[in-house]
Amino acid sequence: MSFSDILNIGLMQGFAGLSLFAVLLLMGLGLAIIFGQMGVINMAHGEFMTIGAYTVYLFSWLADNRFPRFSQTYFLVAIVAAFVIAFAVGWLVEWALIRHLYKRPLDTLLATWGLSLGMQQVFRSTFGPKEVSPTLPDWLMGSWAPHEGLDIPINGLFVLALTLVITAALLLAMYKSRWGLRVRATVANRIMANASGIDTRKTDRLTFAIGCGVAGVAGAAFTTIGSTGPTSGSLYIVDSFLVVTFGGAAHLLGTVVSAFGIAQTQSISEFFLTGSMAKVLTLLLIVFFLMIRPQGLFASKVRR
Amino acid sequence: MNTIKTWIHQHQLGGLLALALLILVILPAGLDIFRLNLFGKYLTYGFVSIGLVMLWGHSGILSLGQGVFFGLGGYCMAMFLKLEASDPISTRIQSTPGIPDFMDWNQLTALPLWWQPFHSLTFTLLAVVLVPTLLAFCISFAMFKRRVSGVYFAIITQAVALILSVLIIGQQGVTGGVNGITDLKTLLGWDIRSNSARYILYFANAGLLLACIWGCMWIQKTKLGTLLLAMRDKEDRVQFSGYDVANFKVFAFCLAAALSGIGGAMFTLQVGFMSPSFVGIIPSIEMVIFAAVGGRLSLVGAVVGTLLVNLGRSYFSESFPDLWLFLMAALFIGVVMAFPNGLAGLLDSHIKPWLARRAASRQTPVAATGDPVVPASITPTQDLPLPTTIQAQPE
Amino acid sequence: MSNTDFVLAIEDLTVSFDGFKAIDTLNLYIDREELRVIIGPNGAGKTTLLDLICGKTRASGGSIKFKNTEITRMAEHKIVRAGVGRKFQTPSIYENLSVFKNLEVSFPQGRSVFGALRFKTSTEVIARIHAVAEEIGLEALLHTEAGLLSHGQKQWLEIGMLLMQEPELLMLDEPIAGMSARERELTAELLQRICRKRSMIVIEHDMEFVRRIAHKVTVMHQGKILAEGSMDKVQNDAKVIDVYLGH
Repeated sequence: MSFSDILNIGLMQGFAGLSLFAVLLLMGLGLAIIFGQMGVINMAHGEFMTIGAYTVYLFSWLADNRFPRFSQTYFLVAIVAAFVIAFAVGWLVEWALIRHLYKRPLDTLLATWGLSLGMQQVFRSTFGPKEVSPTLPDWLMGSWAPHEGLDIPINGLFVLALTLVITAALLLAMYKSRWGLRVRATVANRIMANASGIDTRKTDRLTFAIGCGVAGVAGAAFTTIGSTGPTSGSLYIVDSFLVVTFGGAAHLLGTVVSAFGIAQTQSISEFFLTGSMAKVLTLLLIVFFLMIRPQGLFASKVRR
Repeated sequence: MNTIKTWIHQHQLGGLLALALLILVILPAGLDIFRLNLFGKYLTYGFVSIGLVMLWGHSGILSLGQGVFFGLGGYCMAMFLKLEASDPISTRIQSTPGIPDFMDWNQLTALPLWWQPFHSLTFTLLAVVLVPTLLAFCISFAMFKRRVSGVYFAIITQAVALILSVLIIGQQGVTGGVNGITDLKTLLGWDIRSNSARYILYFANAGLLLACIWGCMWIQKTKLGTLLLAMRDKEDRVQFSGYDVANFKVFAFCLAAALSGIGGAMFTLQVGFMSPSFVGIIPSIEMVIFAAVGGRLSLVGAVVGTLLVNLGRSYFSESFPDLWLFLMAALFIGVVMAFPNGLAGLLDSHIKPWLARRAASRQTPVAATGDPVVPASITPTQDLPLPTTIQAQPE
Repeated sequence: MSNTDFVLAIEDLTVSFDGFKAIDTLNLYIDREELRVIIGPNGAGKTTLLDLICGKTRASGGSIKFKNTEITRMAEHKIVRAGVGRKFQTPSIYENLSVFKNLEVSFPQGRSVFGALRFKTSTEVIARIHAVAEEIGLEALLHTEAGLLSHGQKQWLEIGMLLMQEPELLMLDEPIAGMSARERELTAELLQRICRKRSMIVIEHDMEFVRRIAHKVTVMHQGKILAEGSMDKVQNDAKVIDVYLGH
C-alpha cells in the first residue's frame, strides 16, 4: 500500500466522518437553541428528525407514483416541507406539553421521552416497522473523483453543503434577526426581557418550533446516507445530547466544534476498531472530558 | 392491641405491612408457581424503584442509568452461576471444556483473568453490591464535586447506560453478547429451576425487598434523611450550613446503585439469565417510570407502581402490542403532567381525605341517634387509618 | 500582612466577570464583636462581597483572611465550619420541615454522611434549640411547619439556624427587607443582642435601621470602598452625598 493509498483512505474515512458530522450538527443545533433558551431537554428530538426523514420518503413516493416529472426536483421541496412539518408539530408540542413544564426540567425529560415513544408507535403504525428509503434523484447519486483512488460520494457533499447553509442561516438569525435578539435577551435575563416588552412565551414557542424544524431538515439530510425506520431518530439522541453538552450548552459555535470533533473521533477510530468499540471509545472520551470539565468546551463566565 | 396500632401508625409502617401482606401471603396463596415467579421478577425491579425513590424523589437527583447497576449486579451473579454450569464434564463436547459455552463459540481457549474470582460465591455476593456501588461512586464523585447536577447528570448517566450496553454487546466473547449469559442451572449444586427453589427464591427476594424498604425508611428518619430532603429543596442553605453537599449526593447515588445491584442479582437467580436488554437506555428510563407511577416519594408506592406497570405490560404486550407503547407514552406524560407524585400521591391527596369524610359522615348519625349498644367513645379511638379503609369497602 | 487581631482581613480583593470588575482591589477589616453595616447603591458589589467571603464566588485576586487563616480558596462548607455564617437575601429555610427540624438540621454535629446517619437528638441539642428559638422569638412555634411562618419570622428563623452553629462572623444580606415596623424594631434588638458574642456584617438600605445598629459603616460604590467610619461621618462625606444624590 503506497502512501497515496493511505492518504486516500484517510481522506475518505474523514469524509465519512463529515456525513456523521452533518447529522450530529443539525440535531445538536436544534437541541442547543432549545436547551439554551428554555433549559429544556427534548428527548423526542430524534423523532422530529424521523418526521423529516419520512416527509422526504413521502414526497419521493408521490414523485414515483403520481408525479413522475418531479422525480429530479422533489427533493428540494421535500427539504422545505420537512422543516415546515417538523416546525408545525414542534409548535403544537410546545403548546400542549412543554410550556406546562418549564419549571421542572427533569420532568420534561420524562414527558418528552413518553412523547418519543408515542411518536415512534405512530410512525410504526403509519409506515410499518420496516426501514424505508426514498428514491434519490440521479444528481445525488454517484461520486466525485478528483484524484485516482479517491471517491467522494455526491450525496455526502450535498448533505455537507446543506448543513453549512442551515448552520449559517441559524447563526445569522440568532445574531442578526429580531427573533435572535429576543432569544438572546431571554437567555440573558428572562424577567427583564419580559419587562421590556418581549413576549417570552411566544419566543419560547417559536424557538422550540425552529429547533424542531432544524431536526426535520437533519432527517431530510439523513435519508441520503441511511434508511429510515421508526426508531432511526432515537439512535442519534444520546449522541446529540453529548454534542450539546460537550460543546458547552447554548453555545452554537461550541456545538459546531464538538459535532465535528465527535464525528471525526468516531469515524477515525472506526478505522482501527470495530464499530461498537469505536462508539464506546468516543462516548467514554466525552464522558471523561465532561467529568473533568463539566461546562464543556466553551462556556462564558457569568455572574451568578 | 391499641398500643401496637399506635406503634405502627407512629412509625408509618402501615403501608409496609400492607405490602408485606400482599407479597408474602396474598400473592403466594393465589398464584401458581409460574405466575408467582413472574411476580418475583417484577419485584426485583422493585429494588431499583426504591433506590430511585431515595435518589430522585427524596434527594432530587434523576438517574437515567439505573439499568447499568441492575445489570452489573445481575451479571456478577450470572457469571458465578455460569461458571458453575460450565464444569469440564458438562462442557466436554466443547473444544475447550471448562469455560462457558459462548466463550468456546467465540474461539476463546482460556477463561479471562477477571472471570476467575467469580468461582467464589462469597466474592460474587460481595461483587453484586460492591461493583455497582464502586462504579456509582466513581461517576458521581467526579460529577458532584464539580457541581454537575440536574439535567446534565441525567444525560451523563444515560450515556453510561449506552456505553455499557454497547460494550457488553460488542465484547460477546467474554460477555455473551446480545444473548447475555444464559442456561444458568444450579447454585452450589441446588437446582434453581425446580418449583421448590422458585418458591424459596421468591420468598427470599420478597423478604429482602421488605428489609431494604425498612432500611430506607430508617435512613429517611435519620438526620441524613432530613438533610437529603433539605438539599433537594435548598441546596445552597445546606451547603452554607457547613455540609459538603457533594458527599451526600454521592451517598444517595451509591445507595440507589447498591439496591439496583441486589435487584439484578435476584433477577438472575429467579429468571435464570441476564442480558444487555436490562442495561441500556430504554430499560433504564422505564425503571424511572415504574417509580414515578407508584409515587416518587413513597417507597411502598414505588413497589406497587412497579408491579402494576409490569402487570400492564405483560397483559397488553401479549394482547395489544401496538396499544402498549401508546399506553406507556401516556403513562410518562400523564404521570408528569397530571399526578407527579404518582399513585401514592393520589392516595394522600384524594382517597384518604375522601375516606375520612365518609367515616366522619357515618359517625355523626350514630352519635346523633345515641345508639346505646355502641359506646360512642370507643369508635373514634379504633378508627385509625387502616381499619377505616377496610370498613369503607363493603359499600 | 502578618497576623492581626482582626476577625476578618480582606486585602486587594478583586473579582471580574468577563472583564467587568464587580469588586476592585478592596480592603476591609472587621474587629472582634464589631457590627459593621455595608451600604451603597444597587450594583455596588455588596452581595458579591459576601459571596466572596463565604466562597460562593471565587476571587480573581487578593486575599481574605478569617482569624489569620487564608480562606480565599477554601471549600464553602469548610469556611462555614471555620466559623463564618451567611444569611441570604430572600429567606432560605426548609419550608416543609418544622421550625424545630430547621434548627436541628443546622446544629453543627453529624456533618459527615455517616455522622448524620448516627446523629441523635440529645438533650443538649434540644436545650440548644429551645435557647435559640427563645432568642429569635419563635419558641411557641417550634412545631409549626416553617413554610407557614410570616415573612419576618422566616428571616428570624434563618438567623436562628445560623446561631445554632455559633459562628464568630455572621453575615446578613438585607435582613429587614419586607418587614413591618414592629418586626424591624425586634430585629434591631435581636441583632444588638447577638453581636455581643460575635462580629457581624450587615448589608442594609434602611438608614434609620443602620443608624440604630451600626458600630461602623462602610459605603461601597462600583466595587470599591467610598467611605468608612461612623454613621455621622459617612453621611456628611461629600463623595457619598454625590453618589447617592448626584448625577
